[in-house]
Amino acid sequence: MSDLDLLKYTCGRTDLSLICDLIDPGSSVLDLGCGDGLFLRYLKERKNVRSLGLEISAEKIASCIANGVPVIQGDLDSRMEFAADGDFDYVILSRTLQEVRHPENLLDEIVRVGKQAIVSFINFGYFEYRFELFFCGRMPRGRHLPYEWFNTPNIHLGTLTDFHTLCRERHIRIVSAEPLGRIHGILPKWCWPNLFAHSCVFVLEKEK
Amino acid sequence: MLLIEPQNYDFGPGEENALELDCRKKLYEVTLRYETCGKLNADRSNAVLIEHALSGDAHVTGYHTPEDRKPGWWAEMVGPGKAIDTDRYFVICSNILGGCSGSTGPRSIDPATGKPYNMNFPVITIADMVRAQKRLIDHLGISKLLAVVGGSMGGMQVLQWMIDYPDSVAAAVPIATTAQNSAQNIAFNWVGREAIISDPKFDGGNYDPENPPGKGLSTARMLAHITYLSDETMGRKFGRNLQENDHYAFDFRRDFAVESYLQHQGRRFVERFDANSYCYITRAIDYFDLADRTNGDLAAAFHSAKGKFLVVSFSSDWLFPTKQARALVKALLANHLETNFCEIQSGYGHDAFLLEIDTLGAMVGAFLANTLNEVSSGKQRGAQS
Repeated sequence: MSDLDLLKYTCGRTDLSLICDLIDPGSSVLDLGCGDGLFLRYLKERKNVRSLGLEISAEKIASCIANGVPVIQGDLDSRMEFAADGDFDYVILSRTLQEVRHPENLLDEIVRVGKQAIVSFINFGYFEYRFELFFCGRMPRGRHLPYEWFNTPNIHLGTLTDFHTLCRERHIRIVSAEPLGRIHGILPKWCWPNLFAHSCVFVLEKEK
Repeated sequence: MLLIEPQNYDFGPGEENALELDCRKKLYEVTLRYETCGKLNADRSNAVLIEHALSGDAHVTGYHTPEDRKPGWWAEMVGPGKAIDTDRYFVICSNILGGCSGSTGPRSIDPATGKPYNMNFPVITIADMVRAQKRLIDHLGISKLLAVVGGSMGGMQVLQWMIDYPDSVAAAVPIATTAQNSAQNIAFNWVGREAIISDPKFDGGNYDPENPPGKGLSTARMLAHITYLSDETMGRKFGRNLQENDHYAFDFRRDFAVESYLQHQGRRFVERFDANSYCYITRAIDYFDLADRTNGDLAAAFHSAKGKFLVVSFSSDWLFPTKQARALVKALLANHLETNFCEIQSGYGHDAFLLEIDTLGAMVGAFLANTLNEVSSGKQRGAQS
C-alpha cells in the first residue's frame, strides 16, 4: 500500500487516524471487527504493531489473509477464549459496540484482554439526530446511520452520557475521550460533546 | 494433460540409517512413495508438502497415464493455476509410512524374515510418519519447506511438522483437524478395527491379499464414511429414497439409496485398501495428542514452534468440530505465533475439505502467496538468506 492509498483510506475516518495516533509503536493490537484488515495493515506499516484481527465474515477473513493481516474468526458476543488477561497492549473497537447483543459484556472483555481499549462510539445524542427525532418524528438516519429502523445492525444506540454511566457501573476507567465534530474533526471539550460530537474516541482501562 | 510419475525413495538399510519409531523399535529398508509437481526454484524456497488423509495416497494431482479416468485426490486444489499453484510452487506428496499405496507398511516384506510384516509391523504414530517424510525432504535437498498443507489426518501431520521440525517449515495449513484426537474418534476407529479383526478371513492379519477380510474392511469403511458426511448432505443426496423399488421390500437387504451408496463405498474401498494398514493408520490417529509430551498442556506443546499458521474448520464437520480448531488456535496464540483461523460455512461435513474448493482455495492461495513473498524478501523470522 502506498502512502497515498493509506491517506485515502483514513481520510474519511477521522476516528481511525485518531486511533492510530494513540497507539505506541511496536505494541500489540487486537482489532475487533477488522473487516478487510486494511486498518491493521496501515497500523503495521505506520507503527510496526504486532496485530491480530477478529472478524466474523469468511469473505472478509479471506481479504485479511490476502492483505497479509493475521485474522481469526469470532463473534463479539462470545467470550474471547483465545486471549488471556492483558494479552494485548490495545484492543480496538471501532464503531461496532452498538451492533452487539451485549455491549456491557463486550466492554468487560476488551478491558480484560487489552491493557487498554480504544473504542470509537457513535453518539446518538448528536444534535442532528435529536432534530430528526424531535421535528420529523422519525428515527434518525444520516452519514453514520445509513439504515432504516427495521434493518439497522445498530441495535444498541446510546449517547456519550449513557456511555460514561455504563463505564462507571462496570468499573471501567475512561483514560481519555476525544469527541469528533462534523466540520473540524476533533471537537474542543468545552463545546458540549454530547450534543455536538457525532462520535467520540475513548481510551479505557480496567479500574485497578 | 498433467502427467505425473510416481517415485520411490528408499532409506534405512543399515543400523544407523534405520528409522527410529516412537514405540522404540526400528524400521529397516523403508520406502516412501512420492509424487512431485512443479519446479523447485533456484533458492529451493518454494516447496509445499501436501499431507494426505487416512485413505489417501501420494497421487495428489494430475494423471499417471492418459487413460486414467480420474486425476489425483486433490486435483481441484493443486495444479497449474489452482490455489496451490504448481506454476509457482514445487508440490510434494508422499504416501504415509504404514500406508498401502507404495510406501512401507504392513503389506511390505520384513527384511528380517523375508515375509510380509502383516501384524508384526510396529505400531506407528503420526510423528513417525513425519519423521520418515523429513528424510524424504532432506533427500530432495530442501532445508526449509515453504508450507505443509493437509486435511484431517493430514492436518495432524502438519501440526507435528511444526513442533518436531520448527526450523524446516515457514507456514502451516492444518485443515479440518485437531491437535488432540477425541474420544469420539477413538471410539469410531475402535469399532472399525473390531469389524476387521472379527472377520473370519482376517486370520490375525495373515490373510491372503487376494482374499482379504472384505466384509470387515467394508464395514469399517462404511462406518467411517458416515462420519465424513453430515445429516444435511445425506438428507439432500439421498433423503428417504429407495434404491430400486417404489415400495419397501420388507426384508433386510439394501432398500434405501443411502444403504446402496454406503455399500458401494465399502466395496470400492476393499479393492484399493489393505485391512492391516487400516488398523495401523487408525491406531496412529488414536495415539495423536500433541499435548502428550507436555503433560496435557497444549500451549506448551507449541513452545518451540515457529512460522505462521492458517487453521481452517468447517461448520458441519462433527468429526473434527470447530471447537477443536479453536483450542488449537488458542494454543498457537498463547505462543504469539502468527495465526489465521476461519470456520467455513459448509453443509458437507468433514468431507468439506475436499469439496469447498472455492472458499478454501482463496484463503490457502493468498496465504501461500504472501508467505512466498515474505520468504523471498527475507521478512519472515528465520527465513533462508
